[in-house]
Amino acid sequence: MSVHVESRTGAPGERAEDGRRAGRPPAPPSRAPGKRRKISLRARLRRDGALLLMVLPAVALLTVFAYVPMLGNVIAWQDYSPYTGFLDSPFVGWWNFERVFTNPLFLDAVVNTLIISAFQIVLFFPVPIALALLLHSVLSPTLRTTIQSIVYLPHFFSWVIVVTIFQQIFGGAGYVAGRLRDAGYTGFDLMTDPDTFYLLITAQVVWKDAGWGIIIFLAALSTVNPNLYEAAVVDGAGRWRRMWHVTLPALRPVIVLLLILRLGDSLTVGFEQLILQRNAVGVGVSEVLDTFVYYQGVVNGDWAFAAAAGLVKGIVSLILVLAANRVAHVFGEAGVYQRAER
Amino acid sequence: MLSASSYRKFVRGRNRPVWEEDPNPAGLVVKALVLVAIVAAVLFPLYTIVLTSFSSQTDVTRAGGLVTVPGTLSLAAYEQILSGGIVTRATLVSIGVTAVGTALSTVVSILAAYGMSRPGSLWHRPILFVFLVTMFFGAGMIPTYLLVSNLGLIDSYWSLILPTAVSAFNVLILRSFFMGIDREILDAARVDGASDWLILGRIVLPMSKAAIAVVALFYGVGYWNAFFNAMLYINDNAKWPLQLVLRSYVLQGVTLPGSGTGQVDVDDGAVTGLPVKMAVLVLAVIPVLLVYPFVQRHFTKGVILGAIKG
Repeated sequence: MSVHVESRTGAPGERAEDGRRAGRPPAPPSRAPGKRRKISLRARLRRDGALLLMVLPAVALLTVFAYVPMLGNVIAWQDYSPYTGFLDSPFVGWWNFERVFTNPLFLDAVVNTLIISAFQIVLFFPVPIALALLLHSVLSPTLRTTIQSIVYLPHFFSWVIVVTIFQQIFGGAGYVAGRLRDAGYTGFDLMTDPDTFYLLITAQVVWKDAGWGIIIFLAALSTVNPNLYEAAVVDGAGRWRRMWHVTLPALRPVIVLLLILRLGDSLTVGFEQLILQRNAVGVGVSEVLDTFVYYQGVVNGDWAFAAAAGLVKGIVSLILVLAANRVAHVFGEAGVYQRAER
Repeated sequence: MLSASSYRKFVRGRNRPVWEEDPNPAGLVVKALVLVAIVAAVLFPLYTIVLTSFSSQTDVTRAGGLVTVPGTLSLAAYEQILSGGIVTRATLVSIGVTAVGTALSTVVSILAAYGMSRPGSLWHRPILFVFLVTMFFGAGMIPTYLLVSNLGLIDSYWSLILPTAVSAFNVLILRSFFMGIDREILDAARVDGASDWLILGRIVLPMSKAAIAVVALFYGVGYWNAFFNAMLYINDNAKWPLQLVLRSYVLQGVTLPGSGTGQVDVDDGAVTGLPVKMAVLVLAVIPVLLVYPFVQRHFTKGVILGAIKG
């Protein structure tokens, strides 16, 4: 699937080119793609030096703030203390990892993370698809774009705002509790109820991101050739049969790709969303891998242990994502990596 | 009464393809109800929160919480939070961090994206790889925290900007867009002796306003909405950004020490001081609502480009 990119061919550029064709000799042969290999490194540096200079600030920032910390993970093998620093702290082999894997709280965090991921894949994932199909069936373009603008909006609210809004509506002193109190019921507070917590956070994700999620499906729907529908009608297909035999097959590649990538991302669940609600609902249901790392390291000061836990999560996630990309390939989709690489 | 033919015209509308059957009236009603419910689910919370922030304390007490029917409107809540207390300061911090951060990130990303956009340029594959790796493997919170701390950035506003300044995803969105620009124009300019800086400034940037607007919005919203970096790196609550104040004061109901919100008594239940809390919430949402309409129409182009072309 490809999306057409509107490239306005600038009139001045074309004119310049015409002028060149008329008056000047063609471009120097050294620029022809086939001859690229024969140019010396120095000539290529002279030709592409400006490009390298442009990339430099971003690469420098990534080096300092993404790559140097990767090396900093060395503390996971140390008996690290901030006072001695990672240069002088003694190495202790796999001791921190042993502590991680035998820590019952860590195992709880793994279980909670996977449960939340499962909830979101089952209950969140289909929502944008259904919403996209619904919106696609709205024929008036004005109405459709208006609704689109409204449902995209919550994606741009921070988690603090979203959780606060949910607290004001569903919390113990919130709107719904108030209406229930008027009707004689008391004790309603979804924000602190561990039994319904997973449904609550899934609802929050739906409210925030389901609208935004439809963009990619709407784009896929807009590429469907209308002749297919017309042909299906001629063959006697009704509304639902057209959806089943024309619309859904058109969405299938996107659905498969996004589902695989989501599965590969199973260990990452909304960290900011959960850390905001951890105290209200309790650690038992809300501790996930990322919050575990935060509390063990930054709050309790067991840096090496937390770094080991974070590293385990990072490496398992990496393996899952790469595997997901491989699987996406098998399904005939270019994975994320190859797409960018081209 | 509606005649049969005009009824038919009405239900078919102008946009229905000729081959499609007439809509089923019951189906139309159900669809309309579902759409209204979805729109209401987004807009109702916003409506009642904004209304409450403009309501008087008496109306809030009478409603027992969020106000849904307009009563006496007042600006008291906004006067209180904008009169120089911690919320005022936090708003200024957020505005400053967002402005500086967005400018820095957008410029750095445009340069990087253009620097990798010419096919066959020197080392463009290894450089691209440097960006891609960061999308798949994060160093982790603990080493990043220790680095920021060792750089002496704790309690510095730069700790809210530099660690998240470059997003590989945004760079790749821009790169895809730049690569979609007709090569012949760029080659012609180069043959005419234009440097890469000139080509970027005079040809590529003017043609990429939509993509740049979307990426700048992504960065801007990211900086404005971030609260966890501040929670990690900013200990001094006089330097807190608005989102962190919102979290402590509104979500957790903590009265902030040494702040202008001190005179608000938030301890006796959620009703007292609710207009002020909701005013803080509205303050945190407003910039997004202000910028949104101008950038929103470019979303599909920018996002799809990023998501599908990578």
